[in-house]
Amino acid sequence: MSTVVVDERPAHLTRLTKSVRSWLPAAVVFATGLVSWQWLLPDVAGIESFLLPRFSDVMDALWTERDALRAGAWITFKEALGGLLLGSVAGIAGALALARWRPLGSALMPYFIAANAVPVIAFAPVTNAWFGTLSPWSKIVIAAVLCFFPVLVNTLRGLTSVHPSSIELMHSYAASERATFWKLRIPTSMPFVFTALKVAAVLAMIGAVVGDFFGGSTEALGVAIQSSVALSRYEVAWAAILVASLLGIVLYSGVALLERVLIRWHPAARDD
Amino acid sequence: MRGVVKRVGTGVAVLAALCGLYTGYRWLWMTTGWTWPFVVDDITMPSLDSIVGALFDPVQTDGQTLLSLLVESSLFTAREAALGFAMGSIVGFALGAVIARFVVLQRGLMPYVVASQTIPILAIAPMVVVGLGNIEIGGWTPTDWLRVSVISAYLTFFPVTVNTVRGLQSADPRAVELMRSYASNEWGIFWKLRLPSALPYLFGAFRVAATASVVGAIIGELPSSIQDGLGGAIINFNQYYVLNPQNLWATNLVAAALGIAFFLVVVAVERLVVHRPPERFA
Amino acid sequence: MTTPETVVSLAGVTKTFPKGGVTAVQDIDLDVGRGEFISLIGPSGCGKSTLLRIVGDLVSPSAGTVSVNGKPAARARLDRDYGIVFQAAVLYDWRTVTKNIALPLELLGWNRTTRRARVAEMLELVELTGFERHYPWQLSGGMQQRVSIARALSFEPALLLMDEPFGALDEMTRERLNLELLRIWAETGSTVIFVTHSISEAVFLSTRVVVMSPRPGKIAGVVPIDLAQPRGVTTREDPRFFEHVTSVRELLHAIGADSIEPTLVEGFE
Repeated sequence: MSTVVVDERPAHLTRLTKSVRSWLPAAVVFATGLVSWQWLLPDVAGIESFLLPRFSDVMDALWTERDALRAGAWITFKEALGGLLLGSVAGIAGALALARWRPLGSALMPYFIAANAVPVIAFAPVTNAWFGTLSPWSKIVIAAVLCFFPVLVNTLRGLTSVHPSSIELMHSYAASERATFWKLRIPTSMPFVFTALKVAAVLAMIGAVVGDFFGGSTEALGVAIQSSVALSRYEVAWAAILVASLLGIVLYSGVALLERVLIRWHPAARDD
Repeated sequence: MRGVVKRVGTGVAVLAALCGLYTGYRWLWMTTGWTWPFVVDDITMPSLDSIVGALFDPVQTDGQTLLSLLVESSLFTAREAALGFAMGSIVGFALGAVIARFVVLQRGLMPYVVASQTIPILAIAPMVVVGLGNIEIGGWTPTDWLRVSVISAYLTFFPVTVNTVRGLQSADPRAVELMRSYASNEWGIFWKLRLPSALPYLFGAFRVAATASVVGAIIGELPSSIQDGLGGAIINFNQYYVLNPQNLWATNLVAAALGIAFFLVVVAVERLVVHRPPERFA
Repeated sequence: MTTPETVVSLAGVTKTFPKGGVTAVQDIDLDVGRGEFISLIGPSGCGKSTLLRIVGDLVSPSAGTVSVNGKPAARARLDRDYGIVFQAAVLYDWRTVTKNIALPLELLGWNRTTRRARVAEMLELVELTGFERHYPWQLSGGMQQRVSIARALSFEPALLLMDEPFGALDEMTRERLNLELLRIWAETGSTVIFVTHSISEAVFLSTRVVVMSPRPGKIAGVVPIDLAQPRGVTTREDPRFFEHVTSVRELLHAIGADSIEPTLVEGFE
C-alpha cells in the first residue's frame, strides 16, 4: 500500500490554481471596494456626498473636467519631476562628496537624518515669496528639498556599507582608491540609491501637490483640490485626487522600471 | 561623558555653520546684487538677528510675544499630531497583526496598503477635514483639532501597518521551530518571538510616522481655518509677509524644531527598547 | 631573472594588535619553497588567518621580516605576486561569473580579448565552462568557491593564499574540491599556503603541515607529509595517511595540554 500522495492534476492546472489563489483575494477586495463606493456607502450607510461622492459621480466629474484636469496634471507632473531630478542629483552628488571625506560624512549623518524630520512643506509660502506664487519653481524647490535628504542619506549608506572582505580583496589586487570606488562602492550603492529614489518620487509628488495648497497656478492639481473643496464641489476634488494618485503611481513605477533595467542582477526578492 | 560633549559640540558646530552659510549667502547676494535664483533683500531673506529679535516682540500691539504665541501654537499642533500618531499606530499595529496572521487577508489587503504609499495621501487632507466637519454622529460633530488628528492618524497608519506585517513575519523560521519544540502556543510565540523581532521594523515606521504626523497636522489646519495651531500661524503670517517676513521665518524655525523633537522622542524610545548594532561606516 | 627557490620567508614575525593589546602571532620563522603546499592548522585564536594576511600584506607585522618572491611583502602585493581566496567566496553580486573572474585582470589593465581568453582558460581549469553568464546567487556554495579560485589564479600568481576556503561547505563537496585543488596545483605549479581547521584536509593536501599553538600564536611543530603524488581517492585509505593524521592530532593535543613549549617533529630545524 503506497503511502506517497501523488498529485493527479496536470502541472499547468496546478500552476493556474496557484496564481488564481494569489491574486483572487486582492481582486475580491477591489470589487467589494468599488461596490461599496458606488452603492453601499451612499444608499445603505447614507454617507453624504460631501464626504465621499458616488463613484459614478466622480467619474462624471473626471470626464467633464478632463481638460482642466489634464492641464493641471501636466503642470503638477512637471513640478514633481523637476523637484525629483534636482533633489536626487544634489543628494547623490552630496553623498559622493561625503563618501570621499568619511569622517565628515559619519559626523554629519545623524544631522541629515534629523533634517528629514523638518516639515519642509511649511516653507512653501517663503518659496512663493522668492519665485512668485504662480511660478513652478517655488514648488520645484520644495519638492527638491523633500527629496534631497532621503537620497543623500541612503546613497551615503550604500557607498559606505561595503563588506570588509570585499575591500580586502581589492587591497590584495593593489587596486587604487579610485578603482575601488568605481568597481566596488558604486555598484554596491545602487540598490540603496533606487530605494531612496522610489521614496523620493512619492515625496516629490506630495511636495508639488501640497505645495499648491499655499497658492499656485489656478490650474494646478493642488489648487484645484483646494478650491473645489472650498466650493463644495467634492466630486471634482475627488477626481483631482484620483489624477494626483495616478501621477504618483506613474512616477513611482517609472523609477521602479528604471531600477529593474539598471540593476538586473539584484536577486528577485523585492517587495513592491 | 566624552561622547555627550562630542555630540553637543558637533551639534553646535553644525548650527553655527548653518547660520554662517545663511548670513554669508545673504551678504554675498545683497552686495553683488545677483538676481539668480531669486532676489535677496530683507523681505525674501530677513537677517538672522531680526528673526530672533522678532521672537521677543509683541505680535499685535500690547499682545503676547511672538515666541509665546508660537509655543502655544506648537503645543496645539503637537497635541493633534501626537493623538493622530497614537491612533494611527494602534490601529495600524492591530490591523498589521491580523494581516500577518491570515495569509488570505495579506493577499487581499496588502497590495492596496503598499500601493497607498505611492500616492500623495496628504492631498486628501482638506477633504477629510472639511468633510468630517459636516458629519454628525448622534448630534456630535468632531471638533476642529480632532479632525486634524485624523489626518495624522491616516498618515501614520499605512507605514505602521506595512512594517508590522513585515516585522512580525521576519522571525527566523528556525526560531519559530524552536519555540514550538518548547510546546509554546501561538500567543507565546507572538509575545516572545515575533513581537521582539518586529520592533526594529516598527520603529522604522514610527520614525517616518512621527514626521508625517507633524506635517499632516500642519497641513490639516490649513483648510479648516483653525487659528490656534502652527498651520494657522503660517497662513496668518503669510498674509502679512511683506510687512513682517520675520514672523513667517520664525514660525518655520519653530515648526522645524517641533518636527525634530517628535523624531528625537521616537529615536530615544527606540534606543531604550531596541538594541540595534551601531551603523557600520566602512 | 632567476626565480627564487624560497617563495615566502618569515623571520621573527610578531603581530600585536593595538586595540586590546592582543598578540596574535609571535616569533614566527618559516620558509616556504617553490611548489610546496603548506597548511596552517591550529585551534581557534592561534593566529593562522592573521599570519596569512601578514604574508599578503593585508596586515602589517609589529616585528620581523616578511619576504615574498625575494621582495618585501608590500612590494609583492603591489606587484600582484599572489592571489587570495577567502572562506566566503566574496564574489560581486552585480558581476557575472565571467566578469568576477576578470576583475583582477581589469585592474591590471588587460584588454578585452586577452581577458576573455584567460577567463575561458580558468573556467576550464575549475570545470565551470558553460556558467559564464551566471550570477553568483545562481550558483551553489561549492561553485562560488570554484569561481573564487579561478579569479585568484586568473593572473597566474606564483603564490596562492587560501583562508579556510572550503570551511563553509559540506564534507562531500569539500573532498571533491580538495581533489580539484590538487589537480589545479599540479597543473599550474604554484605555491600554496592553506589555512584550515580540518586535520584530514591538511594532511591530504599538503607537503608540510604547520601546527600553530593558541595565543600568542607560535609554530608548535611542522609535520612533513611524504604521501605519494599525485594524491587521489585512495590516498585517504593509505595507512600512512592515518599515521600522519595521528601525528598532527597528537601535536594539537600536546599544545592543548601545555601551551607554551613548542614540540618539534623531524624535518624542522
